[in-house]
Amino acid sequence: MISPKYAREIPQRYRLEAAKCKSCGKINFPPRLVCPRCKSREFETVRLSNEGKILTYTIIRVSSDTFSHQTPYAVAIIETNDGAKLMAMIADSDLNEIEIGKKVKLVFRKIQDEGVWGLHCYGYKAVLI
Amino acid sequence: MKEVAVIGVGMTNFGELWNKSIKDIFVEAALKAIDNAGVDHIDSMYIGTMSGGLFVGQEHIGAVMADYLGMNPVPATRVESACASGGTAFRQAYFEVASGSSEIVLASGVEKMTDGVDVTAALATAADQEYEVYNGVTFPGLYAMIANAHMHQYKTTREQLAAVAVKNHRNGKNNPNAQFRNEITIEQVLNSTLVADPLRLLDCSPVSDGGAAVILCSMELAKQFTDSPVRVIASAQASDTISLYERDSLTTLKAVSDAAAKAYKQAELKPDNIDIAEVHDCFTIAEIVVSEDLGFFEKGCGGAAVEEGKTSLEGQIPINTSGGLKSKGHPVGATGIAQIIELYEQLTGQAGKRQVKDARIGLAQNMGGSGASCTINILEAV
Repeated sequence: MISPKYAREIPQRYRLEAAKCKSCGKINFPPRLVCPRCKSREFETVRLSNEGKILTYTIIRVSSDTFSHQTPYAVAIIETNDGAKLMAMIADSDLNEIEIGKKVKLVFRKIQDEGVWGLHCYGYKAVLI
Repeated sequence: MKEVAVIGVGMTNFGELWNKSIKDIFVEAALKAIDNAGVDHIDSMYIGTMSGGLFVGQEHIGAVMADYLGMNPVPATRVESACASGGTAFRQAYFEVASGSSEIVLASGVEKMTDGVDVTAALATAADQEYEVYNGVTFPGLYAMIANAHMHQYKTTREQLAAVAVKNHRNGKNNPNAQFRNEITIEQVLNSTLVADPLRLLDCSPVSDGGAAVILCSMELAKQFTDSPVRVIASAQASDTISLYERDSLTTLKAVSDAAAKAYKQAELKPDNIDIAEVHDCFTIAEIVVSEDLGFFEKGCGGAAVEEGKTSLEGQIPINTSGGLKSKGHPVGATGIAQIIELYEQLTGQAGKRQVKDARIGLAQNMGGSGASCTINILEAV
């Protein structure tokens, strides 16, 4: 069972679907109804490259209750090879190896459990390559 | 537009106010401001609150506070812009007076954060829930990412971050309303617990309860109440992407530079005309970045500036003479108004041991989220 709130985001979280502006070419992730760069409302759906690099990162030592069983964990801003950007947790990697500029691959992982009923929620995480 | 003055201020102590509810805190601050101004009524009131709903389970804050202040039926409007709620409430009150639609308006802010909720999760609602917070990021984490980017690009050092906290505690020691009135050392900051690398506990503003209020009226009316009103010479606001990852630059807060450009134009001033500034140091890196984006220092030089004492009480541009969010405390909705109060006290020569000599023009910069909203208000001694 999944919730509507979760189901809406599946194209982005499972398949990295983004909206490429037909006017200026900006890749918007997640998709939007208005392109923030050129105000166009025409888009085509594209899938992001699942490889990119770390623009900046941190290691979270104190989290909200939702993630407290996972601390310490790293979160980074990733620029994909097609120039889109996103926020992702870093998985399966030595925290001491993480640096700005390092290359990563986006992988499918469980992210969190939703609500008191504990629905499993999935999405993308980044792994150092 | 009419010229607008601040004619009275009041605030509670900031801190863990276990025995006071959000209503008690608001009413205490509002009554102090009303008594300080000497007004016998107000025509309207604005209350900046980030999240009564999440922190204490109370919404409809405008109505609650007008009722408990004994002010029914005056219009009461709650304003929300995350941690910039106070600065935004001030700006709305400013417009209401400037437009001539009201004579005397109360601008206030209040937050009650210590009633036991998951504060990290509540504050995180100021970021994008689906694409930032869903993936585990926290507010210390967002500013830590800005810090790592700034350190990488400009060679800003860990010690320079610490110098912000040390300076602000040195100022806050002399602020009777501050949550932390103790000095700290660089070594204490560097040895405090890691929260989100590279930020440590003593880089972070605390979780606080508190309220703050000011009274605004037109300059012409102000003379009836005080010989020393403070004139509002600019009130500007700007927005930026809700998500940090969407920004073109991770080392600049564009809402700050955009709002600053508008504010300086309104006031017909340049950054070096500002005598004192209260800026939004929710984390030490924020003060460094903001001091650059306000034009006080070249981009990348904010860290060196604080280390060299340029932002100290005796420096070229004293920043956060109140102790800032770091030492004074950060009850999020109240912060923007408390900044205005510090400017008022400085510009009217009432800041005691924190007093900056001959301070005539002060700037207050308040921001929400990782810089997705920013207000800048500039005040001038009359």
